[in-house]
Amino acid sequence: MFDSLSDRLRKTLANLTGRGRISEADVDAAAREIRLALLEADVNFKVVKEVVGRIREKAVGAEVLGSLSAGQQIVKIVHDELVDLLSAGDRTLRLHGNPAVISLVGLQGSGKTTTSAKLARHIVKLGRRPLLVAADPYRPAAADQLETLGKAIDIPVYRAPAGTKTVDIARGALEAARRQTRDTIILDTAGRLSLDEALMAEIAAVNAAVEPVETLLVVDAMTGQEAVAVAQAFAAAVPITGLVLTKIDGDARGGAALSIATVTGIGVKFLGTGEKTDALEVFHPDRLAGRILGMGDVLTLVERAQEHVDAGQAAKLEEKLRKAQFTLEDFLDQLQQVQKMGPIGQLVSMIPGMGGMAKDAQDAVDRGDLKRTEAIIRSMTRHERKDPGVLNGSRRRRIATGSGTTLTEVNRLVKQFTEMQRLMKQLSGGRGRGMLGGMPVGRR
Amino acid sequence: MTEGQAPPRELEEGLRRSRGGFMSRLRGLLSGDSISLESWADVEESLIAGDVGADLAMRVVDRARERGAPDGAVAAVRRELAAVLLPRDPAWNLAPPAGDPRRPAGTPAVVLVVGVNGTGKTTTIGKLATSEARAGRRVILAAADTFRAAASEQLRIWADRANAEIVSHAPGADPAAVVFDALDAAVARRADVVLIDTAGRLHTKSNLMDELAKIRRVINRRLPDARPETLLVLDATTGQNGLTQAVAFHEAVELTGIVLTKLDSTSRGGIVFAIEQRLGVPVRFAGVGERPEDLVAFDPTAFVAALFEDAA
Repeated sequence: MFDSLSDRLRKTLANLTGRGRISEADVDAAAREIRLALLEADVNFKVVKEVVGRIREKAVGAEVLGSLSAGQQIVKIVHDELVDLLSAGDRTLRLHGNPAVISLVGLQGSGKTTTSAKLARHIVKLGRRPLLVAADPYRPAAADQLETLGKAIDIPVYRAPAGTKTVDIARGALEAARRQTRDTIILDTAGRLSLDEALMAEIAAVNAAVEPVETLLVVDAMTGQEAVAVAQAFAAAVPITGLVLTKIDGDARGGAALSIATVTGIGVKFLGTGEKTDALEVFHPDRLAGRILGMGDVLTLVERAQEHVDAGQAAKLEEKLRKAQFTLEDFLDQLQQVQKMGPIGQLVSMIPGMGGMAKDAQDAVDRGDLKRTEAIIRSMTRHERKDPGVLNGSRRRRIATGSGTTLTEVNRLVKQFTEMQRLMKQLSGGRGRGMLGGMPVGRR
Repeated sequence: MTEGQAPPRELEEGLRRSRGGFMSRLRGLLSGDSISLESWADVEESLIAGDVGADLAMRVVDRARERGAPDGAVAAVRRELAAVLLPRDPAWNLAPPAGDPRRPAGTPAVVLVVGVNGTGKTTTIGKLATSEARAGRRVILAAADTFRAAASEQLRIWADRANAEIVSHAPGADPAAVVFDALDAAVARRADVVLIDTAGRLHTKSNLMDELAKIRRVINRRLPDARPETLLVLDATTGQNGLTQAVAFHEAVELTGIVLTKLDSTSRGGIVFAIEQRLGVPVRFAGVGERPEDLVAFDPTAFVAALFEDAA
């Protein structure tokens, strides 16, 4: 939906390539695009001003390196600046104290309960024995939710009788942990609005009572301009020691994290990357910087491929590719696997340098090109899929009728596929090529 | 910034003052027709701060400037923004049809509630159930969130409070089957309203969006005349991703309305301008608190005005 910053700059600075140094005029032209790209990524507008100002300082007069264009050089400067800002604060998880107390706080619906379970699982891997604490007495069935999650990951959950005050729940949990020799407690507190003075006072009281070594603010990656104000309000009530940015498996750019890190200096510690309890990642500033700029995110793409593509199947496919035995049947499988990974346009946009093609690819899907390709292959017999060489005129006409497409489309697909096969034969002996490249997509 | 270094003080100060300061300054400045460039820029900034989005904010401000602003920039931009919003017509009504040929008697009103995780779908349904039940209608809740731990327990608590009935299956069951059963139950028990709670899902997960489309098809098959309302629940704290969300959900289930939740926060929910403009789907309700009665009809005039209000 949004153009990436590199695309925007490429358009704006198309005429400015090939000079030795970045001029003030280049930067002026770029500044507007940088501003828009950051605002689209939900970076707070005050932070955007600040960042653009700093980039201007760094970029004017900077030497354009090697084979880079002025636009690329500016993108690099922006990227480096964002990485720098996202590297704010202490990003390690501290677990001092016996038990070590971790408290999760945040707005309603930011993902505290799910994150509690994920964090518990994470620290089990570090050799700890956590106790989950249902410290949200307000949301209906919140404790039930935590208990179900705890059962699923085999970690005990402390619950207090209905009506117990949050501070007393936290104190009770501390004692229970000592009795049960659990070395870490994770408080899943209620969601609260930063405007709600009573509830903000409540978390302050909880913190005073059990002195958490980590008080993590859980923030939804989709959060808009208010992220900074929210973080400041929470930080005013309790000493926030880190951020967890959740729902990053969507397509939000996650500018909220940049805003909060820049203004408050609080470090981002974890990313929530899915609904399952193992979907918690340690934070990498460079990955998020690339995402905010829409610069492609190969690592995420690789991870997503791993998540959806059956490893055994992939190995078999690679073998076939190497031996140049890739058939239309395999191609159909591939089409379906790739579509499972998410919207094609979004996938393509994760490939660096292909941001500009994301729209074309998505348009191809929206026009139904992939569906038509699928229909054509499905209208073939098994034998035809294995050996497209047998496709004479009459067979092709039958396929066109059967798939509701035209003879031209069938011809084009067969031709593209034959070319691809020929290409693979030439490549065979070499390493298997990326599955996403070179695939024919039927076009009208 | 390197590790451990303090954030720039001016920036922090500036942010704290952002709401309180310049809008009140503006109002003083902006009477008369000599509006400076900075004033227009300030108005644009306040729109961006309210998550309206840079694109739309610039367009609205440009249009206001072209048309002239005898009563000041804020008033002019307010008019342009109000013009972006759709008329809420016909008004929301789940009353049994009295001679309404579009929904035959005996067919319950069906409301399908969708959205990403954590926007407040279940709470919204609880509130809707309460107001429908108070209006004397028989309400059935369909617990079609069979994924999230304890989701149906949460819905059951709301059902008890609202005096509504609930149809639920075991965790992990097919949500479409829950919906089918709930519709069956509604017809058998002559219920007036069926409210369907679905699992939160990110709009990028195609399999989960397919699941939603399936639910939509099941409603059509079981009750072809129901003309269901399909509400997207959107958190007012959401930034520019809100538009992407709305587009994806619209594609999957054809939205008929938006519920903007958590408007009692400091967030302004400005992304709904872009959504209404792009999809032609109106905001129907605003969530303004945790109590059952804290779901109110969306008021465009008050909403636009709030964008220009200083925060408390």
